[in-house]
Amino acid sequence: MIGQSIGYRYDVNLLPDYSKLTPFLKKYIEAMGWDDLNWLEDVHMGYEEDRPAVFCRNANGWVTIPSSIKLPNNQQDRDMIARELLVKFQMSPKHPLVDLKKAYLKF
Amino acid sequence: MANLKTVSKKSKAQSMGMHTEVLTGRTQQKFFNPDEAENFYYFGTYDVDFNKRTELDVKEMTAPEANKEIDNLMSQGYGTIVIKNPQGKHSLGVGILNKLNLIFEGSLGYFGMGSCDGPIVRINGRVGWSCAENLMAGKVVIEKNAGSCFGAAIRGGDLICKGSVGARTGIDMKGGTIIIGGDAGAFTGFMMQRGRIIILGDVGINLGDSMYDGTIFVGGEIGSYGSDAVDSELTSSDQDWLKRKLKVAEIGENFDVSKMKKIVAGKKLWNYDNLEPTEKKGAI
Repeated sequence: MIGQSIGYRYDVNLLPDYSKLTPFLKKYIEAMGWDDLNWLEDVHMGYEEDRPAVFCRNANGWVTIPSSIKLPNNQQDRDMIARELLVKFQMSPKHPLVDLKKAYLKF
Repeated sequence: MANLKTVSKKSKAQSMGMHTEVLTGRTQQKFFNPDEAENFYYFGTYDVDFNKRTELDVKEMTAPEANKEIDNLMSQGYGTIVIKNPQGKHSLGVGILNKLNLIFEGSLGYFGMGSCDGPIVRINGRVGWSCAENLMAGKVVIEKNAGSCFGAAIRGGDLICKGSVGARTGIDMKGGTIIIGGDAGAFTGFMMQRGRIIILGDVGINLGDSMYDGTIFVGGEIGSYGSDAVDSELTSSDQDWLKRKLKVAEIGENFDVSKMKKIVAGKKLWNYDNLEPTEKKGAI
């Protein structure tokens, strides 16, 4: 074998436990008109620079979780918190894509 | 090449079993308040109402004209748009980054619904190559058959074809779920990296060829396995998820998911000469 491999920062194939849905995520699903978590099924809690974090595909970077948020001990609950925070980050006017859109929007 | 740091001190994240190594890279710090007002939509997108419905006849329009008119209707608050006479035009409905209920009364050509993020789409006819390519989020339902490269490189959302699909379905997919009610062609799941494919019927040769990760569930016969695609045990969690997802897809109501085959990556291809550094990092 040549080269090197790098492991994931979470179990990418872990299926969500819907009994752990947070009230925010329930409202999000309802607002979008979807039947389930949809794209958030692929979102999990990982880590970055020694801190719990969630990967934002739109910014191509990790969003670290504030230390004020207490994380539960099981991955399913942590994943739901990661999903909720990621939605809030992506929909925030402070998301990096908002600046990029202002600079490069064509139509 | 990215630097790999060895972490000797056990941190909170490590004690949670979340990692064994750290990639270093450039950092861009962005701060936001997670407690700010609830907002479910991208900044700057349209506030639409599903109950506000309109129709758009695109018979005499080019694809760019039709797509701009869809955008215009969304800007007026229409949350349900019915497209009449799509007549197999290519690239219809692309780049919609909005909550929307979109219905096509007819068939689409190539690259229909590409690069979308959020809408719920129903296509009452067939679709050509690369339907919903690069789908980020949302739900796309095709009532009849689909061409090759169905769901190429999708990253999220649910892509459903109630009929059969061509070759290379889910090629290079990086997330999301593709659900096929009928059969699928050769090289299904070719180079897939993440996500899930469900095929209720048969599938052609070289299934999951060179797949890096992700999961493929097959209800029928498999022509042959591709390089590094291997069988895996179907768990009760898988079965529960399959039942729920088929309900979302409106197909296979009485399908016995316990008899499905589960195919995953053998992980013999997990080797690179170079690692891509993490370019940006966000911080709350």
